[in-house]
Amino acid sequence: MSSENRQDSFREEARRWLTENFPATLAHQRPPGIAGFGAKFRGDWKVWQSNLGEKGWSAPTWPAEFGGGGLTPQEARVLAEEMAAIGAISPIGGFGIMMWGPTLLDVGTEEQKQRYLPPIIRGDIHWCQGYSEPGAGSDLANLQSFAEDKGDHFILNGSKVWTSGALEADWMYGVFRTDRNNKYEGISFLTLDMKSPGVEVKPITLISGQSPFNEVFFNDVVIPKEDLIGEKNQGWNIGKRLLLHERQGIAGSGGGSVIGGSYDLEKVARDYIGLEDGKLADGAMRERIAMQKMFAHAYALTRHRFGDEAAVHGPSPAVGIMKVAWARDNQNREELLIEMLGNRGLGWEGAGFSDKELLTVRTWLRSKANSIEGGTTEINLNLVAKRVLGLKGY
Amino acid sequence: MAVLTEEQSMLKDQAQAWSRDESPVAKFRQMRDSGVAMGFDDATWSDIAAMGWTGILIPEELGGSGMDHATFGVVLEEMGRQLVASPLFASSLVGASALLLGGTDAQRQRWLPGVAAGDAIVTLAVDEGPHHRPEGIALQVERSIDGFTLTGSKTFVLEGGSADAFVVAARTSGEPGDKAGITLFLIPSDADGISVTSLKMADSRGYADLTFSNVKAGTDTVLGEVDNAFDLLDALLDRARAGLAAEMLGTACEAFDRTLVYLKTREQFGQVIGSFQSLGHRAATLFMDMEFARSCVEAALRAIDDGSDEVPILCSLAKCKAGEFLHDMSNDMIQMHGGIGMTDEFDAGFFLKRARAAEAAFGGQSFHRRRYISHFGI
Repeated sequence: MSSENRQDSFREEARRWLTENFPATLAHQRPPGIAGFGAKFRGDWKVWQSNLGEKGWSAPTWPAEFGGGGLTPQEARVLAEEMAAIGAISPIGGFGIMMWGPTLLDVGTEEQKQRYLPPIIRGDIHWCQGYSEPGAGSDLANLQSFAEDKGDHFILNGSKVWTSGALEADWMYGVFRTDRNNKYEGISFLTLDMKSPGVEVKPITLISGQSPFNEVFFNDVVIPKEDLIGEKNQGWNIGKRLLLHERQGIAGSGGGSVIGGSYDLEKVARDYIGLEDGKLADGAMRERIAMQKMFAHAYALTRHRFGDEAAVHGPSPAVGIMKVAWARDNQNREELLIEMLGNRGLGWEGAGFSDKELLTVRTWLRSKANSIEGGTTEINLNLVAKRVLGLKGY
Repeated sequence: MAVLTEEQSMLKDQAQAWSRDESPVAKFRQMRDSGVAMGFDDATWSDIAAMGWTGILIPEELGGSGMDHATFGVVLEEMGRQLVASPLFASSLVGASALLLGGTDAQRQRWLPGVAAGDAIVTLAVDEGPHHRPEGIALQVERSIDGFTLTGSKTFVLEGGSADAFVVAARTSGEPGDKAGITLFLIPSDADGISVTSLKMADSRGYADLTFSNVKAGTDTVLGEVDNAFDLLDALLDRARAGLAAEMLGTACEAFDRTLVYLKTREQFGQVIGSFQSLGHRAATLFMDMEFARSCVEAALRAIDDGSDEVPILCSLAKCKAGEFLHDMSNDMIQMHGGIGMTDEFDAGFFLKRARAAEAAFGGQSFHRRRYISHFGI
């Protein structure tokens, strides 16, 4: 069978399975809560979660032996197209699917893969990421949270910050200092149960009024040695590998806000500015919308192309530009939306504004983090300058 | 870069080696310095024909090799890298596409073997003013019993001074601005009443203005349908846009590569200038623009080959994104090279001049933004 025929027959299979397993009531609905950050679903969402998780199509390309879908990248794209066509959104996502799982597939032992991957795929265990600290942002390796080696376990003290979904997460993976005398070779990659005694989570309220991020404090938290990933003091490379997957994941997530719900540009343009002779009445805005849409289109085409290449060669440092582009795409779009909404674009709360208007304001504010989280735009440009272009001094 | 077929990677290697060894930018400089009115030299054109690139799109039975636009794009990109000046794009892509899309068997038989061999140059005469505006065609046509009479003018016709035949977009009914009422004619350049004036342009390539005064054209010169050729013209223009975008991508990639080498070798304050973040970040951002432009160009060429509905939108996207990248890259090539970039002795000026000419041809960034957004009902 040619590869095209194979794809066609897989498309049939995917369509049939979705018809039987996706509750139609959920079409074009976003999962309640923050998907993948620990939402415990009920009703149809629970049905959809367990159907999708059992099939392994929440992690379509992961090996079937660990519960993944075992699909080729081409088949996974067909599946994504078919899901998009009927408005089926996976409720299983977040750090486990996007970063931790792919990293484990790269560096984990057989036993670790068997232990960690299946509950991620089923959406049973939700992960958060312990990376940034108050003194370790862009200079992540300056992290100070210290895990003291006590023979068969570590005792962890310190804190993490900007931890997405920490309040809802079941487990955390992260990078922690295990040797104070070596900056890079004194870091270990550990996992820990968020219910462990001594773990405390405090939400941080952002300019959007929302609290997607948290501070996490560790006070004599016991971490068994079996929760060490890789060798002690060799965690930095795993941590960096994971960041590559983070950028790949963000880059691969397509345009659109991380929290979703914003309008499309043409609709807002029509509703809030209006047309004259079939064209947007504001010619300058029309051109800016065109530029934004063309950037988003070029981004999507590049995402496809890089996806094909990554499927063959693994994630490339060139995805650093996709992270930069993703942030630019989101932020420009949100700015255009707010500008087009005019005086209705800064409503904070109350009945004087529609839900969509209010959500757009919060989404616009939230988007300012896009060029900071997952490596700032400046750090990503440094990485591209150094690793892709081969420039010195970065 | 998209995964190439065996045929494409062979052609790419051949085009890369030939342009680097036989027709590098220095060759273009010689041509410019010699003041050749045609805007290309015969030896270069003969070499290109001898390698068969002139027949890439033309079916085997008419003397070509019947390959696709994605393959032609690979060759044009390499030509763009070394600023190779020749009628390859204007004739073997645009002229040939006019015949392939709208020509009768007789017209194809008459012209395509010559185009495939590089012996005949067929080019499109569409624009009449300083800006690309295909629906604004005014060149007047009067109908008579035995055919048509054309009166009017065309400007910035690519390779107009060396062409053997023109594909002329003319108005057979309606008013300038109407999409209806446009007809394409294929008229030999030596027809009575045509006068050709070569233009000297900043990029030193071949362009001409044409004047038509009472030029007789028989019914057998019509390409496509009388009064109803706008869609044909638009399809032809999209092929031109995607092909030119591939050439522009090559030009911009070469400008990028040369600038990157300079960032790695030029020292100031005791260090290579590429180690300064203001330059490194710009280079990284240009790298992003380059990758984005490539994705758009490859998608547009593939859409043409697949006969996709998305051809118009993707060709506008490709021409605009390649144009934006080439625009910025040709400016930054000069800025990042500093003073040397301003000298005629250095090649950066050639890249800049070619950039603006290619950007303007078949619609600049502004034209394609408007064309793109009109697909979204605003």
